[in-house]
Amino acid sequence: MSATISKKAVGVETIGMTMRFGAFTALDDVSVKVSTGSFHALLGENGAGKSTLVKCMMGFYHPTSGDILVDGREVTIASPRDASALGLGMVYQHFTLVPSLTGAENLVISREKVPGVIDWRKERAALAQFMERMPFKLPLDVKVAELAAGEKQKLEIVKQLYLGRSFLVLDEPTSVLTPGEAQEVLGLVRAMTRAGDLTVLMISHKFHEVTAFADDVSVLRKGRLTGTGCVTDLDHRQMATMMIGDQPIAALDSRAEPKPDAEIVLKVKALKAPDRTGLKSIRIEDLDVRSGEIVGIAGISGNGQKEFLEVLAGQRPRDAGEVTVRGTAYAATRAEARALNVRLIPEEPMKNACAPKMTVAENISFRTFDIDGNGKPVSWISASAIRSFSARLVEQFKVKTASLSSPIASLSGGNVQRAVLARELTGEVDLLIVSNPCFGLDFSAVAEIRARIMKARNAGAAVLLMSEDLDELLELSDRIVVMSDGALVYETPIAQASVQTIGEHMAGHH
Amino acid sequence: MDATEIGLWGVPLAILGGAIRVSTPFIFVSLGEAITERSGRINLGLEGTLVFGAMSAYAVAVMTGSPWLGLLAAAFAGLCFGLFHGWICKFPKVNDIAIGIALMLFGSGLAFFFGKPFIQPSAPDLPAIPFGAWSDIPQVQAALDVNVLFLIGAALAAFLWWAFRNTRAGLILRVVGDSSDAARAMGLNPNTVRLAATGVGGALAGIGGAYLSLYYPGSWTEGISSGQGLMAVALVIFARWNPLGCFAAALLFGGAGALGPALQSVGVTQGYYLFYAAPYILTLVIMIATSSPSRSLAGAPGELSITK
Repeated sequence: MSATISKKAVGVETIGMTMRFGAFTALDDVSVKVSTGSFHALLGENGAGKSTLVKCMMGFYHPTSGDILVDGREVTIASPRDASALGLGMVYQHFTLVPSLTGAENLVISREKVPGVIDWRKERAALAQFMERMPFKLPLDVKVAELAAGEKQKLEIVKQLYLGRSFLVLDEPTSVLTPGEAQEVLGLVRAMTRAGDLTVLMISHKFHEVTAFADDVSVLRKGRLTGTGCVTDLDHRQMATMMIGDQPIAALDSRAEPKPDAEIVLKVKALKAPDRTGLKSIRIEDLDVRSGEIVGIAGISGNGQKEFLEVLAGQRPRDAGEVTVRGTAYAATRAEARALNVRLIPEEPMKNACAPKMTVAENISFRTFDIDGNGKPVSWISASAIRSFSARLVEQFKVKTASLSSPIASLSGGNVQRAVLARELTGEVDLLIVSNPCFGLDFSAVAEIRARIMKARNAGAAVLLMSEDLDELLELSDRIVVMSDGALVYETPIAQASVQTIGEHMAGHH
Repeated sequence: MDATEIGLWGVPLAILGGAIRVSTPFIFVSLGEAITERSGRINLGLEGTLVFGAMSAYAVAVMTGSPWLGLLAAAFAGLCFGLFHGWICKFPKVNDIAIGIALMLFGSGLAFFFGKPFIQPSAPDLPAIPFGAWSDIPQVQAALDVNVLFLIGAALAAFLWWAFRNTRAGLILRVVGDSSDAARAMGLNPNTVRLAATGVGGALAGIGGAYLSLYYPGSWTEGISSGQGLMAVALVIFARWNPLGCFAAALLFGGAGALGPALQSVGVTQGYYLFYAAPYILTLVIMIATSSPSRSLAGAPGELSITK
């Protein structure tokens, strides 16, 4: 089989799609029409049923009732194989390319029929010919592990086209890309839909992408279709209402005026530490965070932010340099963190900030269980004090848990993060270090968590915020610093911040 | 110069000969382990497979009079051990390393049990090709007396190196070893591929065992393997999962193993026992030199439990 994209785009329509898992209805009578050659966006919060819907289309799930039409004809899609035979393909949020294989090897091995012995000269010629018809330019002889995220995402899309798919589901395709890369990839994909080569259904939660690139949009909430229509007819507010319904959203505290002469709380000087691979190191020359400001660190994942946070959290040894909090050397011991009121909200809170099998009450009390009301160490730990302390915090931070003695691993992601916030934001906070606090959380949890961080800032805490979500940084930060290739390469006050310039520095183009 | 007295030249010559002679089981076991590890699983049981292969090869050779049938029996026994390991590891929450250690003890124990009656009788040897026949010097002749299995092993290493890049089976093996998710997305079943890879790895280790009992040292004793199976695992890591690297590393280990006897043969009478430990010291040094507390190994298959 030689790969071709001679097949023109196909349209897909679901009619009355319903999917029940036991008593739980994940999809309730959803009819979505993705017309041939269109760029259709699918919006919804986590758990709204977006992925259930596309999994039904791709043959991973068999809907309880409802039909699928491909190009106007009713079809049965019993397995992913059936879906690909119809030209339906999916690009997953997490890459499915094999890192240690080259791009060419990845493409060839993903074909349905691969010859026993691969004639690379012939394959390479065929691939070169195929790539000429692609708008994407990619190095195919390099190991996928060495490609940038944007290139990987392009290769994923190219792979689907190489396999002859003409209807693509893109699952949050830009979540790992810089703004520039996102623009480029979506622009190229849109050009292909315009040319009639491709139909695209994009799962997204970024309104600006939807408005900029999509023709139509469908919105799901709690398994129901709450709206659909032309993108040009809808504004962001209408889309948000469809997505989250009428539940109140926590509003950000208005930003208290920053004081330029506020005390410097965190000072990092000439810090050097090995990175994850041990082959390179991160170097932070000079970074100050003042009381009452949020300093955002932007960067594409894998540029050393994670390692920097780990050093500040005490999870990673440093080779050189000094970190001081209020002029005192800080090595992230428990005693120092307590004395200097340093609090930490790491990414993946279940992994980095919780003991999954211990109870909610115990997890919330990690910082305080061994001291009494006056900060003196206690010799006998009081279970009832832990319970009453955590009961108050659970109430105050609206942590939804079956009971205080449930293991924290039984909570949903948003509630785990609320529990961690409850622990970290209670009491005096002078320095707050936060990393990707809203990753994978739904709309209302995100708004609430951001509001809490802003509140801590207004109360005088110095906040260092690392995030891969540029929108989050632009919303919260007073200053943005860009980290690229292990170093801080660019700094801008929020008033003068431009997404374009930040994106260029994130990509290392300076 | 007297033909039999070649003086200190005997040392490198003996090391060369020793490298060729001693390295063959290393080559087979490490190539087998390279295939298994490339599929994302580690089989520490190859030491047991090696010993059982040595026993079964010797037993079948004694009974049938044919070393080649012995070799086949060893490969088949190895295949069974490999498949058993692969089959158990398919179950969730089974640790491949623990199973490997259990199978290592099981294989050796079973080999001792069945091998008792074969300690006395002698079996026919696998043939060797006298590449040194052109020379009058016995040391040269001895060093260049190359067993066919060594040549097969060398060819196999080259073939595997080629096959990992240029065959469907090779690419599928690498896909499965590097990312189970990607493999499933392609419609491959990682467990099936790993089962086959562990089976082939076991068969090759069995052949390595056959070489031990049917050529060098050439008899069946309970102490026939001095940990070659385990060291071959270390060797695969040292060779960065590259078959040609495995071949080179096996030669290096073989050469180190021949250092002691070679020194003894030229009349070094003191301290040569220390050189018998050379391969083991080399293992340690290599493992220390190539490991790092903060860096993961370059080229390691992503699904391997020791590098995850």
